[in-house]
Amino acid sequence: MGNMTQSLMTVDTLTVEYWTRKGKIRAVDNLSFSLEKSETLGVVGESGSGKSTLGLSLIDLVPFPGRITRGKIVLNGKEILKLQKDELRNLRGKEICYVFQDPMTSLNPVKKIGDHFVELIRTHEPQVTKQQALERAKKLLRDVGIQPERVSDYPHQLSGGMRQRVMIALAIALNPAIVVADEPTTALDVIVQAKILDLLNALRDAYGMALILITHDLSIVLQRSDRIIVMYAGQMVECAPSTEIYLNPKHPYTQRLLKSIPNIELADQKLEAISGSPPDLLNLPKGCRFWPRCYYAFEKCRREAPPLIETGTEHFARCFLYEEGRKA
Amino acid sequence: MKKLKIKKSMLSHLLPGLTSLTKRGLAGWLVIFGAILVIAVIVMTALSPWIAPHDPSALTVGPRLSPPSTQFPFGTDDLGRDMLSRVISGGGVMLQVAILSVIVCLIIGVPLGLFSSHTGGVIDRFISLIMDSVYAFPGFILAIAFTVVLGRGVINMALSIAVVYVPSYFRIIRSQVLSIKEMSYIEAANAAGARKRTVLLRYILPNVVPSIAVVATVNFADAILTAAGLTFIGMGVPVNIPDWGWDLTNGRNLLPSGAWWVITFPGLMIILLALGFTLMGEGLSELLSPKLEE
Repeated sequence: MGNMTQSLMTVDTLTVEYWTRKGKIRAVDNLSFSLEKSETLGVVGESGSGKSTLGLSLIDLVPFPGRITRGKIVLNGKEILKLQKDELRNLRGKEICYVFQDPMTSLNPVKKIGDHFVELIRTHEPQVTKQQALERAKKLLRDVGIQPERVSDYPHQLSGGMRQRVMIALAIALNPAIVVADEPTTALDVIVQAKILDLLNALRDAYGMALILITHDLSIVLQRSDRIIVMYAGQMVECAPSTEIYLNPKHPYTQRLLKSIPNIELADQKLEAISGSPPDLLNLPKGCRFWPRCYYAFEKCRREAPPLIETGTEHFARCFLYEEGRKA
Repeated sequence: MKKLKIKKSMLSHLLPGLTSLTKRGLAGWLVIFGAILVIAVIVMTALSPWIAPHDPSALTVGPRLSPPSTQFPFGTDDLGRDMLSRVISGGGVMLQVAILSVIVCLIIGVPLGLFSSHTGGVIDRFISLIMDSVYAFPGFILAIAFTVVLGRGVINMALSIAVVYVPSYFRIIRSQVLSIKEMSYIEAANAAGARKRTVLLRYILPNVVPSIAVVATVNFADAILTAAGLTFIGMGVPVNIPDWGWDLTNGRNLLPSGAWWVITFPGLMIILLALGFTLMGEGLSELLSPKLEE
């Protein structure tokens, strides 16, 4: 996918498993993709599809009992999964930054806003004085639309939307190459949601970083990302430029996700839910993981697992409908 | 206008004392009332050499077993010692024991709880097992056993009480750390490249402090009662040091002869002091434990 040599980051056959008492749960299954410089990549999937695990594995921070059992992540020529502890710590927060889902609990309640910046900046750049770090914090806060005087406030004095802006300011503080935003707007109301997402994209352009936007809501990434990965039960089921996903979705899952989004252009659109529920990862259906919920499922889907099939330029779908010699 | 508001809230952060406590309803008043009781007893005990009308250990300063009168407001005991002076100065040992034991508990219990829960795994399970088995033992009996082994004296009493209380600190801190560890800001700190030590000391510990304060006040109250109990059964300090606990023993023997004043006043002092700490602990736990300011 893409030009492998020039990509900012390439992820190759990444597999993450949670080793629980009941058995191994494969949360991310053989995922490969690449990320270009200053690109926005949307990762969409429902709860338990492995999208958050994917995000955390990019900085080797999968929570216990999860472990990355296979795969290679290369960022700027560095292989992340082979780094020493110190190198990994330097990478986190400096080259790959995170914006978490819940802004209400993402800031340390006993520390002032400014201290969060001072600590982050001085962890990675020890020569910076506290004063300088505070000055940078003020500038960053201005960039995300918060009054600079707020550095001396405590987190509880800020609203949810403001806290998420602070989290974003923290994420861009050290000018990272990649910002991973894991459901950054789930805990916020719709208006704030749009503002935060626009801010993220504006900052992406201003700072020239790549953005990975993880969400369960296809509608919010459709217009804001360049490419979209759709995940289902730990697997990538479709990967394509977002216009392609919107105009020409291939995988039945993606098609039905789109039908469940209200569309202002369709006057009497009937919203459709996808019946059934995602499979238990301990007890996956044989064959394609989506077949029990798929309208088009046929004999082969129940027997064999479909591979990723290239259906167009930079468009991949994991579905037998697009197999050679078969007319969709 | 807006600036003023921000400054005001900063002020209340700097002075979290009376101004904000009075606005926090019943819990705030509990803390204030408890603190007044405790401070009053501490000040009284500290100043006892100067404010006690008689030497608390001097024999026959008055007639034996005289009931409360204008000359001896709290009466005298069977050796003619002034009960008022004994009440004023009798808290010294108890307070020393309580303070020492709380310090020992803090030094052992807090780091152990932090370390154990943060390390996890087999080490955590092993330490928890030891702590739970100590916790399961009746506290007072364990304290008696330890004083028997260690011998009398303030420090030994403090150590025996500390042994009983370290598990409470450990358990509270461990459970707190386990829940704080799952908070997003810890994950965020890790994702931002913070060291393990930094996360533990600058992110987790400050958020456990409120719970530590609550346990410590409750621990104070119980330490007072245990210290009184140890002295009462004769395992505490030597009898020549005035102590409420010993006066209780003495008073109990004298009670059948109708001398109610010997046991009543020291007993009331123990209750007041323990009450002060309990009120503070109750108030603090109500103010702090649900959530910090949220």
